[in-house]
Amino acid sequence: MSDGASGYGNAGYDEWRNALGDGEGYALVCPDGHGSLPPRRVCPECGSTSLPREPLPAVGTIETATVVHVPPPRFADDAPYVTAIARFGPVRLTGVLRGVDPEDGSGPVGRSVESNVGERETDGGSVVVFRPAEK
Amino acid sequence: MTEVRVAGVGLTRFGSHPERTGRDLFAEAAASAFADADVDPTAVGELNYGNFMGSLAEHQGHQAPLMAEAAGLACPATRYEEACASAGVAVREGVRTVRSGEADVVLAGGMERMTNLDTDGATEGLAIAADDLFEVRAGMTFPGAYALMARAYFERYGGTREDLAHIASKNHENALPNEYAQYRREVSIEEALDSPPVASPLHLYDACPITDGASAIVIVSADYAEEHDLDASVAVTGTGQGADRMALADRDHFARTPAATDAATMAYDDADIGPDDVDVAEVHDCFTIAEVLAIESLGFAEAGEGIRAARDGLTTADGDLPVNLSGGLKAKGHPVGATGGSQIAELTRLLRGDHPNSGRVPDAEVGVAHNAGGTVASAVVHVLEVAE
Ligand SMILES: [Zn+2]
Repeated sequence: MSDGASGYGNAGYDEWRNALGDGEGYALVCPDGHGSLPPRRVCPECGSTSLPREPLPAVGTIETATVVHVPPPRFADDAPYVTAIARFGPVRLTGVLRGVDPEDGSGPVGRSVESNVGERETDGGSVVVFRPAEK
Repeated sequence: MTEVRVAGVGLTRFGSHPERTGRDLFAEAAASAFADADVDPTAVGELNYGNFMGSLAEHQGHQAPLMAEAAGLACPATRYEEACASAGVAVREGVRTVRSGEADVVLAGGMERMTNLDTDGATEGLAIAADDLFEVRAGMTFPGAYALMARAYFERYGGTREDLAHIASKNHENALPNEYAQYRREVSIEEALDSPPVASPLHLYDACPITDGASAIVIVSADYAEEHDLDASVAVTGTGQGADRMALADRDHFARTPAATDAATMAYDDADIGPDDVDVAEVHDCFTIAEVLAIESLGFAEAGEGIRAARDGLTTADGDLPVNLSGGLKAKGHPVGATGGSQIAELTRLLRGDHPNSGRVPDAEVGVAHNAGGTVASAVVHVLEVAE
């Protein structure tokens, strides 16, 4: 899966994103329970070098979000779109929230979402995507 | 420890100078600083220079020796890059160098050239201050990142777009007499509220502009100032720096900036003052919400109460603690790598009494400058005081 913008790979990150796209997303979790995302050699909270993978929970919760009206070039045809940060167990992910009306005034904070990988409309590049969780 | 004084300050007019080179902008600010200080460039022992995106904007790396040459210096020169806090860390290193006794005279400051890029280029350039893999690829823009912080603040503490509009309006009003400011015109609350959305809840008039400009500060030891009979009445008595996790998603809070709290604590301890002693402040209002987070981290307002400070008149020009009498990044402009130096320049003039807004703070003796990088993964705070 390519990013669509850069011609190079990013070992560790690419593998993580591909796994997320296959429904097998994971976090690195140290013995003290601090979560982080790869590539990592040490836990950024405590310095532990033991960072086994743990599967991400299927459903997360949006903690903050914004409707982006002025996009970067790679998202030119995607705007307006919603950028959100959602907690999935030991980590938070940043992604684009789809399956909601961006202009919906009620706001998505607190909403339950599932994570996946989708394509940017602008150039087909990969992007972390959230969708409202099915009840 | 050697006492540190500001001998002179220099700025270019902030604004749109798309055809002016970075070297010309910095040379102008440096010449102005040397004239203000009555110090000869040959006296400088080190150049500490801030710049963020010159490698993208001007295809120019290795800028420090180029800028030393442009300013007429023949001394070691180093570029500091800490996103929007680049010049703040450059000033901080200058202060530390003079304190250590390694140099009696340091030139510190910075430059950014931005308006030669088109909007896409500037947007892409600014975005590299965020985590490329986990934020930029998820569509997070620079305004989008602060919008995520603003939304989290509103959710946690309350607050409205109108509260933020009061900050924009205040800073535009402050910029009216400032000859260096990019925008010297009033913005009403209604005009700010009616401006187009950029990233909800932030609209166009919540955001600082794209700006070209440079800043330069001549930092000297108090002994050097005395020996050379310099008029260097403002001292740098405190310096502090803090850091946080790079990506917003990895922070403990979205609605607080602990890196700035840490920097402020360090700077206050260094100067042996507390937030109640501060008479005037220049803070990093790249977006209106950033001013809220800044004054809370600096201890001027409790968490959740900074949102009301402009609206309630605490931080207005006639308030108890005027914030951003220069116009701030919002109205004065934000040439990213120059901003931290320009805050020191404005604060020095406010304390010396030769700033057009000095009359708003005639008895001010203690000033604070707060300069932040990215979404405040870096922060620098300085305390300036009128020396006895
Ligand atoms: Zn850990």
